[in-house]
Amino acid sequence: MLWKSRSNGLITLVCLAGCTAISVGQTEDVNTATAVADPATPAAALAALSLLANNMWILLCAALVFAMHLGFSMLESGLTRAKNTTNILFKNVAIVGIGLLTYALCGFSLMYPGEEFAGAWFGFGGFGIAPPEEYDPLTYADGAYTYWSDFIFQGMFAATAATIVSGAVAERIKLGPFLVFSALYVAAVYPMVGMWHWGGGWLAERGFHDFAGSTLVHAVGGWAALAGVILLGPRIGKYIPMEETKAGSRNSVEQAISGRTIVRPIMGHSMPLATIGVFLLWFGWYGFNGGSVLSADPESISLVFVTTSLAAAAGIFGAMIPSWLIDKKPDLSMTLNGVLAGLVGVTAGADVVSPFASIIIGFIAGVLCVISVFTLDRVRLDDPVGAISVHLVCGVWGTLAVGLFAPDKSFVTQLIGVAAAGALCQPAAIVELGAVKATVGIRVSRQEELGGLDIGEHGMEAYSGFQFFTTQ
Amino acid sequence: MKLIIAYFKPEVFTDVKRALLRADITKMSVTNALGCGAERGYHETYRGADIEIDMLKKVRMEVAVNDEYLQPAIDAIMEHAQTDGPDHSGDHGDGKIFVVPLEDCIRVRTGLRGKEAIG
Repeated sequence: MLWKSRSNGLITLVCLAGCTAISVGQTEDVNTATAVADPATPAAALAALSLLANNMWILLCAALVFAMHLGFSMLESGLTRAKNTTNILFKNVAIVGIGLLTYALCGFSLMYPGEEFAGAWFGFGGFGIAPPEEYDPLTYADGAYTYWSDFIFQGMFAATAATIVSGAVAERIKLGPFLVFSALYVAAVYPMVGMWHWGGGWLAERGFHDFAGSTLVHAVGGWAALAGVILLGPRIGKYIPMEETKAGSRNSVEQAISGRTIVRPIMGHSMPLATIGVFLLWFGWYGFNGGSVLSADPESISLVFVTTSLAAAAGIFGAMIPSWLIDKKPDLSMTLNGVLAGLVGVTAGADVVSPFASIIIGFIAGVLCVISVFTLDRVRLDDPVGAISVHLVCGVWGTLAVGLFAPDKSFVTQLIGVAAAGALCQPAAIVELGAVKATVGIRVSRQEELGGLDIGEHGMEAYSGFQFFTTQ
Repeated sequence: MKLIIAYFKPEVFTDVKRALLRADITKMSVTNALGCGAERGYHETYRGADIEIDMLKKVRMEVAVNDEYLQPAIDAIMEHAQTDGPDHSGDHGDGKIFVVPLEDCIRVRTGLRGKEAIG
C-alpha cells in the first residue's frame, strides 16, 4: 500500500504539471524567461521537477563518495600490520574532518572563485561558504543542483584527495605532523589545482579534459604521497642489507635487485579487510564518476557507469596477468590495486571514451600499476599500500589516455595539464612536509615503530585480547 | 647438549634471528608470550579510562644446541636483545636467557639420536 500511495502521489504531480501545461498553453504563449519566475507555468513546474531529480542524484553521489572513506580505511588497514591499525583508522577518520572543514573555510572558494576569475591561475572568493548574491536554486548551475549540494559533493572530493596520502606514509609517520601537513595541502594546493580546470581557470580555457579527477584528485593526492614517501624513508626492515641475508642461505630465492639491499616484503595483516575496502571504493566510485556528470542526465550517467565498471573489471586482469607471470602465483593485493588502477585510469575520461576504450584504459592501468609497484621497490621508495602506483601513475595515465581515446581531445593539452599539476603539487608537498619535518619531525622513533604506532601514538590496541606476532 | 629458552622483546626478534644465522645456528622455535618482570609495564587509555598493562608482550625462543654452539648463541641473543637503556647498558624488560641440560634429541624424519640430530 505504501508504494502505491507514493506512486499515486508522483502520478498526481506529473498530471498536475501536464494539466497546467495544457490549460496554460491554451490561454497564452509561454515565454521561457517569465516561466522560470512564475511557478504556475508548465516550464517552471518541469524545471522544479528537473532540479528535484538532479539534486537528489548529486546528493546520493556525495554520499557514495563519502562511503569511499570507509573503503580507504579498510584497504589501508588490511594492507598494513595489525600493530598499526588504530593509527591508520585514526588518520582516516581525522582526514574526513580536515578535508570538509578546510573546504568550508577556504577550499571551496579557492576552487570555485567565481566567473570573474575565468581563465586565471588563481582565484579566491572569500572565506567561508555562502550562496552567491541573488541565489536561486532553479537557475544556479542551470537548475542541476543547489549551492549546498555543489559544496558537499566537492567537499567529499577534497577529503578523498587528502586521504590518499595516509596509506603511503603508513606505519611510520607521526600523527600530529601528518594532520598538519594534510590540512595545509588540502586547504591550499588541492583547490588551487582544481580551480585551473573545474573552477574555470586556464586549463579549462585550453580545452583540458579531466572528467572526475584522474589528475585533479588522484594525481594531486599521489604527488603528496610521493613527497611523503621520499621525505620519510622506508619502514624499518623493508630494505635490508645484502650481507645480513647471506649467512642464512635459505634466502637464496630472494632476488638481489640493487646489489646492496634486498626487498623484504612486509605483509598486510588482513586480506578480507583489504578486499572489503576495494569493493567499497568501487561502489563509491559510481558516485565519484556518476556524480561528476553534475546532473542526472540519463544517457550520460548510464554511459559513465558502464565505462567505470568495465575499466575496473579490465584493471583486475591488467594487474593479475603480469603479477601471475612475474611472481608465478597471482597476488591478491596486487589484483586489488589493479581494480583501483582501472578506476583511477578511467576517471578522467569516463564520459567521453567508448566502452571498448575504457576496457583498454583499465587494462593498461592495471599493468602500469604492477610495473610501478616493482619499480618503486627497485628505487627503494616504500609505499605500503601502493597509493603512488594507483593514484599518481594511473591518474597520469588516465588523463593522457583521454587525449588518445577521446575523438576531439588533444594529447598535448592533456600532457600540459598533467605536467602543470605535477609542477605545482610535488614542490608544494615537498616544501610543506619538509617544513614540518625541519620543525617538529615527521617520523616516529625506532622503538615506537617497532612496537607499533597503536601503542606509541594512541596507547590503544586495535585488537585487544588477540595475540599476534609483533616481531616484524 | 643444551636447550636455550630465551625471552625477549618482540621487536628485536628479527635482529636476533639474523645474528643466530650468522653464527650458523639455523634451527629455532618461536612463540608469543606474555610476561612481567622488573619493568613496571605501561599505560593504555581506553575511552578516557587508564589501563595498566603489566603483562607485556615477549617472544619465547627455544634453541637446542651442541655445547660448542652455546656461547655463540648466547652472544648473538645478547647482542641484539640488550637495548640501549638510560646508561647504554640495557633496560628493564630486555628479557632472560635460560640454559637447561638436554638429555636427548631425536630427529623424527630419520630416528637419528643425540648430537648429530641437533645440527
